Amino acid sequence: MGDGSLVHLTPGEIEAEVRAGVEAAVKRAKTPPLAEDEIEHLVDIYASSARFTGVDIGTEVVLSYDGSGAKTFASRLQDLQMYEQCFAADLVELCHNDYSFKAVKTITAYEAQSMRDAQLALTVPVQYGAMPNLGLYCRPDGPAPNWAELLPLGRFDEARAGQEEAIEFAVTDMVNVGVELAEAGADGIDFDTAGAAGDGDFLATLRAAEALRARYPGFGIEIGMAGEFVLGMHGELEYDGVRLAGLWPREQLRLATKAGAHMFGPAVNVNTGKTAAWNMARACTIVKPCVDEATIPIHMNVGMGVGGVPMTTYNPVDAVSRASRACVDILRLDGL
Amino acid sequence: MFAMPIAHSCASGLGGMRAAGDLVARMQMARGMRLGEAKAYVAERLGADPSELSDPVLMNERRGELGLGRLTTFEISHPDEPTAIEAKANIAEVLGLEIPAVRLLEERRHHGSSIE
Repeated sequence: MGDGSLVHLTPGEIEAEVRAGVEAAVKRAKTPPLAEDEIEHLVDIYASSARFTGVDIGTEVVLSYDGSGAKTFASRLQDLQMYEQCFAADLVELCHNDYSFKAVKTITAYEAQSMRDAQLALTVPVQYGAMPNLGLYCRPDGPAPNWAELLPLGRFDEARAGQEEAIEFAVTDMVNVGVELAEAGADGIDFDTAGAAGDGDFLATLRAAEALRARYPGFGIEIGMAGEFVLGMHGELEYDGVRLAGLWPREQLRLATKAGAHMFGPAVNVNTGKTAAWNMARACTIVKPCVDEATIPIHMNVGMGVGGVPMTTYNPVDAVSRASRACVDILRLDGL
Repeated sequence: MFAMPIAHSCASGLGGMRAAGDLVARMQMARGMRLGEAKAYVAERLGADPSELSDPVLMNERRGELGLGRLTTFEISHPDEPTAIEAKANIAEVLGLEIPAVRLLEERRHHGSSIE
């Protein structure tokens, strides 16, 4: 299930779950359904009683690990080395536990030193990751008017002005941190959970990516989304003439590419009350048009609570390996 | 932790430094290449087939020959292997790619500290 609990279903019941998941995506995201052979393959993956499954030899993809250097086991540097040496990570990410650019900007010099140390110790690419987290720029945490308080009062113009003010602060922080880390030798930067605070959050990310791309043509810039759909907290914000509120992964990808991202990570949220098969079918159906159109690598978010992986801290390996294989086989992803 | 990174790695990963996953990742990050293009590029540079890039035995040999860095294991020590930054300099050369940490190393070798 989407919450990680184990349920017993017959192959017929699993097929019904897959078809219902596809239908839910078509209805909600207005995407084409999966092809019949793709539905059958998903059913085969989820109807297997095997504890573990995997892609065919030769069809493996690049694995990028958000938050891999987060002081989970030992020091951050030792964590990165563990991901490189023990987990066979293709690229790793140095990050701070606060994981927000606003928090990181106060310690950027120390983060840059840590990046330099990591670059001397690791062979795999090391990127730096944090969240745009626009909400931190409004009161009481930041200087901008709190739009979440103003909106329920019907003070829409003030709420929009507050977000516009916050966007300027966020862009400045993201660019400044990005420049410091790039100058310290980072291989790239990961704007993780972009759009978490709505369309203003996504706009700030796109503008920061554009500024960094203009300065560093070969810098890895990854934009990973917070959810499947950009919330219209402002409602009128545009990038390159496109209204941001209400965008689904394919349209998000177009703007991320335009802004200069070299990797894009769509995210489809898990419904914990539905089965893993239902969630995976829905996720694949929503993301497929995005992958089909992409000109840059798509690294779908397939982690706890997104991309068909159950929302639980201790995920069953059968659920993770099925999600991993399903995404690669059905979507032909460039990475996870 | 066990289920997320390790399950993904075993189910669908290119294998990082066990094979050539880090090299393919570099082409995606630096050049924005999609997977097929990145695999073909790296394979051509290594003199391998794209389908062989996840083969740990073959890639371990190739990495050793080209000095691209290999995983250290307690069964086999490689005291004469390049260090991480030396391996990255070799990777930059083999892939025809500018790696920021290697560029900084070169700059600082000749210009010293930026602190006045």
